[in-house]
Amino acid sequence: MKKLLILGAGTAGTMVANKLSHLLDLEEWKITLVDQDATHYYQPGFLFIPFGMYSRSDVVKPKRDFVPHGAELILSSIAEIDAEGNRVHLADGRVLSYDFLIIATGADIHPEQTPGLAEHEWGRSIHTFYSFEGALALFKHLQTWRGGRLVVNVVENPIKCPVAPLEFLMLADWFFHEKGIRDRVELIYATPLPGAFTKPIASKLLSGLLEEKNIRVEPEFMLEHVDPDAKKLVSYDEREVEYDLLVSVPLNMGAEVIGKSGLGDELNFIPVDKHTFLSPKYSNLFVLGDAAAVPTSKAGSVAHFAVDLFGENFVRHTEGLEMQPLFDGHANCFIESGFGKGLLIDFNYDTEPLPGRYPLPGVGPFTLLQESEANHWGKLMFRWMYWNLLLKGQELPLPARMSMAGKRMPATA
Amino acid sequence: MATRTIAGKTVEVNEEGFLINPNDWTKEIAVELAKEEGIPELTEAHWKVIEFCRKDAGATGKAPTLRRITTAAGVSTKDMFALFPKGPAKKVARISGLGKPEGCV
Repeated sequence: MKKLLILGAGTAGTMVANKLSHLLDLEEWKITLVDQDATHYYQPGFLFIPFGMYSRSDVVKPKRDFVPHGAELILSSIAEIDAEGNRVHLADGRVLSYDFLIIATGADIHPEQTPGLAEHEWGRSIHTFYSFEGALALFKHLQTWRGGRLVVNVVENPIKCPVAPLEFLMLADWFFHEKGIRDRVELIYATPLPGAFTKPIASKLLSGLLEEKNIRVEPEFMLEHVDPDAKKLVSYDEREVEYDLLVSVPLNMGAEVIGKSGLGDELNFIPVDKHTFLSPKYSNLFVLGDAAAVPTSKAGSVAHFAVDLFGENFVRHTEGLEMQPLFDGHANCFIESGFGKGLLIDFNYDTEPLPGRYPLPGVGPFTLLQESEANHWGKLMFRWMYWNLLLKGQELPLPARMSMAGKRMPATA
Repeated sequence: MATRTIAGKTVEVNEEGFLINPNDWTKEIAVELAKEEGIPELTEAHWKVIEFCRKDAGATGKAPTLRRITTAAGVSTKDMFALFPKGPAKKVARISGLGKPEGCV
């Protein structure tokens, strides 16, 4: 029996286990998944929890429900990855050997890395929606919040789902309108980026949208520390932003075990080939999902497209054939913009988000980089697709590689 | 791709003004690009960072992120902001003739 070990049973790990359980002969292959947490979280849903649009039951299911037949799920944290010895040491003392290893241990928030952030005001005037508990606590807080200056701050990039902070602000604009207190709420986005988004055309269009919604951007704001008593953010270049309510997107890092095992970069993300996900150091080690240091968004859609293309490529590799440079960095993100509308962006390593229609050129039903109700419904429908199709490794009627069809380059770009 | 002449040398640049080919880079070009970024004079401390970035990019094939520079070159984030105000990683990458750092995607 050949042994395939997958570390992490989150979005990427679960999808690849399901995909490969269809492609590999399970008489010859044993697939084992390891995860420290028995619960699978639908992370895109965290955004909706503070506004009461989703609750606990919408975003939580047992991981076991998504483990493919014939594969085993071990619940344990990981003590060390011994890539030289093709072994993984679990925290409970067990040692798992492997022929092939897929690391999908994801990324998580580290508020403790910023002075003042996760101290006595954490959970009081400082919140986050980048964790399940955080999103629930923020929901409670917003129920009784009477208004003031709400600042959303991204500590450092890369972060999971780079559009989520913008979505939070636009939903907040809608939420406070509905509550009748929008005139008593100031919305500010303090970001290390020079504008609303990373890529120029999308950044310009999104900046316009934020302006319309009276959301102010404080660009190139690199947070040095938070003063929780004076309620202000202080940047490295000594600018200050005061807040009444801080919604923080703390530093995102890969799993600690990655650093401990000497596999990661400064943020514990693992460098791999950006088209095949193969480690440049170990020919039987791959990294999928947020754990990989590749220049695309850390997002579920990216992991989905990546896994789609990875499956057969992995089989080629196990048969001694050369892997094909298939993955193009394709990301596809719905952006909630409030008032029952949303935007959609579709891009890859080489092509920035452009306006147009998706997936059918000229038809849609989704509009690229432009608000529409269809996009909002697409985003809500996505939760069903995630639980019922995506995690189980079923095909979606969408091409995994980005297509230029339906996209247009704005004349004034 | 556009071309432009910097410090007497014609080079290819992208739409954000980054050099396309890191081999086109010269120290004279760095001085000119620094002026465009609002840094009138490159001091020894600046050059230390620029040289680290050139070397690191030569090894990894990409411009280092701010965190990479502060961790591996031993320059504090605070100093980086003093040397290359506003977006230090992006600024130093442009001055060093490298592409835009990939931290922001």
